[in-house]
Amino acid sequence: MAETIIAPPKTSSGRSLRTEEMIINMGPQHPSTHGVLRLELVVDGEIVVDVTPHIGYLHRCFEKHCEHMTNYQQVIPYVDRMDYVCSMNNEFAFVVAAERLLKIQVPERVEYIRVIMAELQRIASHLIAVGTYGIDIGAFTPFLYCFRDRERILDLFEMTCGARLLYNYMWIGGLSHDIPADFIPRAKEFCKYFKAQIRDFNNLLTYNEIFVKRTANAGVLPPEVALNYACSGPMLRGSGVNWDLRRDDPYSIYNKFEWDVAVGKGEMGPVGSCWDRHIVRMKEMEQSLRIIEQALDQIPEGDVQSAIPKRIRPNPGDVYARTESPRGELGFYIVSDGTATPYRIKARSPGFVNLSVINEIARGAMIADLVAIIGSIDIVLGEVDR
Amino acid sequence: MTPQEILDKLTAKFSGVAGIEAKLDNSIDPYIKVSPDHILEVAKFLRDDEETQFDYLSCLSGLDLKGKLGVVYNLFSMAKKHKIALRVEAPTENPTVQSVESIWKTANWHEREAFDLFGINFTGHSDLRRILLPYDWEGYPLRKDYQVPEYYNGMKVPY
Repeated sequence: MAETIIAPPKTSSGRSLRTEEMIINMGPQHPSTHGVLRLELVVDGEIVVDVTPHIGYLHRCFEKHCEHMTNYQQVIPYVDRMDYVCSMNNEFAFVVAAERLLKIQVPERVEYIRVIMAELQRIASHLIAVGTYGIDIGAFTPFLYCFRDRERILDLFEMTCGARLLYNYMWIGGLSHDIPADFIPRAKEFCKYFKAQIRDFNNLLTYNEIFVKRTANAGVLPPEVALNYACSGPMLRGSGVNWDLRRDDPYSIYNKFEWDVAVGKGEMGPVGSCWDRHIVRMKEMEQSLRIIEQALDQIPEGDVQSAIPKRIRPNPGDVYARTESPRGELGFYIVSDGTATPYRIKARSPGFVNLSVINEIARGAMIADLVAIIGSIDIVLGEVDR
Repeated sequence: MTPQEILDKLTAKFSGVAGIEAKLDNSIDPYIKVSPDHILEVAKFLRDDEETQFDYLSCLSGLDLKGKLGVVYNLFSMAKKHKIALRVEAPTENPTVQSVESIWKTANWHEREAFDLFGINFTGHSDLRRILLPYDWEGYPLRKDYQVPEYYNGMKVPY
């Protein structure tokens, strides 16, 4: 067989073309970086050789602000604004940490309502993740359906506490409002309605051939790398690691419900691909519905404000509490010096940690695949930068 | 393993050299103090030992202890489902701590954050530069004695 020799490209006058690696900036104003993220790319033609993320464009000094509060309760509105698409889950994480610090036991009704709200918020957050991921890949329609259904969840939140996005709803020791009388029937109606919608989303997007081709081989994250980088949430489960804090390090009352942890199995390509992370989110929405339905059936009567402390002054000490937010492990490390002001609060945000792995999985990918990879990490820059 | 068992194991292995000190009566989360020059070998031991297997560095936080700067490591083990917190303390004048990036890659960004906000120097870190603040920012804002600068790049700060 004759050997094929590919001649290097030449100009019309016969000189060789000069080739070199190029550095380009993707972001901070770029639709596919989901906010103000700047990626410094070293590219060889269309291939990504190296990625350096630059973050901090949305840094609002959350931790510094907390040290100047006069009260732990005042931290909650700030926590809302960290990850603004899943505020309920942020509040949940913070109140769990603060209640462990104060050693408060909250009434059972409060725990049930918190779980219902957190799981509804998880669905709302995953709907944004899935919808915008469709846009990244080039499918616009699912995005509109996702936002239509998310509105129904926001309506439920609005009828409970008056706010649609930033709630200040979960307080240390209780809740700002009890649920209104028609909340339970309307939430049940939503669960029934939404089950059919998940099937639709799967038909429209998840098993769409173009979508599968674009995502099933891109951004493969091996499980040992994911663990070493402390990835969490759908990012970790997409790599086939069966790990969910709601089951493995239970907080609140999650051990009372029956549900399954969704794990990526590599149905469409290697385990840990972008498609696996997407399917984990789709399956998690179904599981959240299961939890919500059980909680709605079992919810006990009670007063939601009876355990709210009049004066919050924890004993000196420190606590690290972690919860499963839609994006992964959201933890708060709180140090108290015995006064009413937190001495130090550190938020361990899942987006920050998950984003740090991007160079490992994006090296060698095409620029178009990099867009698919960023979307599959599902970052919210509000919590990455805090 | 309970924190006491982990402490016993560490004391047996590093007796007298790594500054291992117990703080198990701390009100909520017990932690073990380690000297900043030995945190790397202690971390490696905790990750690789059969019984401890701390494969997951959940959180790494800087801390200003007034006169001293601290770093807190919240470790978890997925295989054994136990946890421990380590803490190192270094004087504010020369806050030098060994980097654990070679043990858990996730420490890379966490240590950059602690460097950015507290000015803790991590020796052996591959890329120690500011992460959240602008590259030309002066000072370390989360230190308790931090004064807000009057001007940043010629702009008045409380504008």
